[in-house]
Amino acid sequence: MSMPAMKSEASTAVLPAAAAPAAVVTMTPKRTPATEKYLKLAKDAAVRVVPPLVVLALLLLFWELACQRAGSALPPPSRVFKDTKELIFDPFFDRGGIDKGLFWHLSASLQRVAFGYSIAAVVGIALGTLVGQSVWAMRGLDPLFQVLRTIPPLAWLPLSLAAFRDGQPSAIFVIFITSVWPIIINTAVGIRNIPQDYRNVAAVVQLNPLEFFWKIMIPAAAPYIFTGLRIGIGLSWLAIVAAEMLIGGVGIGFFIWDAWNSSHISEIILALFYVGIIGFLLDRLIAVLGKIVTRGTSAS
Amino acid sequence: MTSYLKLDHIDKTFTRGSATTEVLKDINLTIEMGEYVSIIGHSGCGKSTLLNIIAGLTTATTGGVLLENREVNSPGPDRAVVFQNHSLLPWLTVYENVKLGVDKVFASSKTRAERDAWVMHNLNLVQMAHAKDKRPSEISGGMKQRVGIARALAMEPKVLLLDEPFGALDALTRAHLQDSVMALHQKLGNTILMITHDVDEAVLLSDRIVMMTNGPSARIGEVLEVPLARPRKRLELATNAAYLKCRQRVLEFLYERHRFVEAA
Repeated sequence: MSMPAMKSEASTAVLPAAAAPAAVVTMTPKRTPATEKYLKLAKDAAVRVVPPLVVLALLLLFWELACQRAGSALPPPSRVFKDTKELIFDPFFDRGGIDKGLFWHLSASLQRVAFGYSIAAVVGIALGTLVGQSVWAMRGLDPLFQVLRTIPPLAWLPLSLAAFRDGQPSAIFVIFITSVWPIIINTAVGIRNIPQDYRNVAAVVQLNPLEFFWKIMIPAAAPYIFTGLRIGIGLSWLAIVAAEMLIGGVGIGFFIWDAWNSSHISEIILALFYVGIIGFLLDRLIAVLGKIVTRGTSAS
Repeated sequence: MTSYLKLDHIDKTFTRGSATTEVLKDINLTIEMGEYVSIIGHSGCGKSTLLNIIAGLTTATTGGVLLENREVNSPGPDRAVVFQNHSLLPWLTVYENVKLGVDKVFASSKTRAERDAWVMHNLNLVQMAHAKDKRPSEISGGMKQRVGIARALAMEPKVLLLDEPFGALDALTRAHLQDSVMALHQKLGNTILMITHDVDEAVLLSDRIVMMTNGPSARIGEVLEVPLARPRKRLELATNAAYLKCRQRVLEFLYERHRFVEAA
């Protein structure tokens, strides 16, 4: 009975002391008026947004001037906009077959990437852990990985077409095989760099291998793993466009190839713009995810 | 006679390629329940290796460690370690760091609520309950070490192993933490084995001081009883004759008879 009483005493004795300085600290920023804060935020945003916008405007102007001649091979931006207005403003149309809006093409590509990349993430982290943890697995597998990872993604495509006899799984396989190597290699480095201290702690506490994996290895190696995942997502987006050009069907890669075959150069330019933006967003997505997950680890 | 913790003829040699280095030679030591024993020696004398052997993190080449007459040769929560650089997991909060050990050790013997209360009880012992939701990167070095001590205490170890626990702290924080450890030892009666290279720390905290000769092939050179009544007060001891005599003995051992040879 006396124990809880003692404890509550101790915590109440400590709490006000801890709360007091915190209150003092937070008081000062709260005093600044809201408008001033928004002004500062707007200023920060402007500093980051304005320079790239200026450069973009200059580039568009240069492009417009360079391609204005009657016989120029590429259309100027104004032509691109005029030609692709329908595609820009109605990305959701679906007239059957491959005559669909850009949204459907992009979502088909993203789905393939999501499949291939998810498999690569799971397999990559698992193999990376094995190679990072076991000296023999490293000696046996690492040379193999070092050779295989240099094979260009598209070189795998004929082989996977032969194996799967279908475009869809082949494209997913190409995504997988492209993005898995950086995930494996970075995970392995992360696992190998887990400080001995953490291993000692786990040994004293007697964590079993599964607990050690989830509670020590994954969080300790998370910054490395996310580096690998970020490189991986970039590579898979690179590979999907090329792979889709070859396998056909719905997808942004095939859309570009189809536009080229029909000499719709403006559509190609629009598609490239979308590919760039989506690739950028995918990279940011993984980066933000990594930042959230590794909050604790990278802070030390 | 039976002793609580017994180090029995421990030798340790490291082999690297064809070269073998003998680090520890014929270490014999018995520690009674509730005793506070310090091991002191120059850096490189193998005292940390010895602690790792007791903790089970390293295996002795020959000889062994007996805890309550049972040989121990793998790590376990019955010999919890407070590491020199705190070794808190940076992705866990203070509370979760302590809970990690508690959940394993008391998985079947305590309910979830009891484990929670036990974690908080141990954080209270080291006066860290107020920071339970902070991450290690948000608290000071001394606070981290307090949490490290709480984590070790919470496993209810039979022997608490302290590996130069105050080495990385500034002098004032160190003194403060030493007082805390003394108070905890007084209150809980733990058996404690501490590695240190600080003479004052050893004399102030210990019942016995084990002095190691220089490596390679370090041995126990001398064991000194510290006949000072507890509780000990830092300020009063500064002029205490027995304290000064003990201090003198350790200093003589370290600096006259077993000077640190840098070339070695």
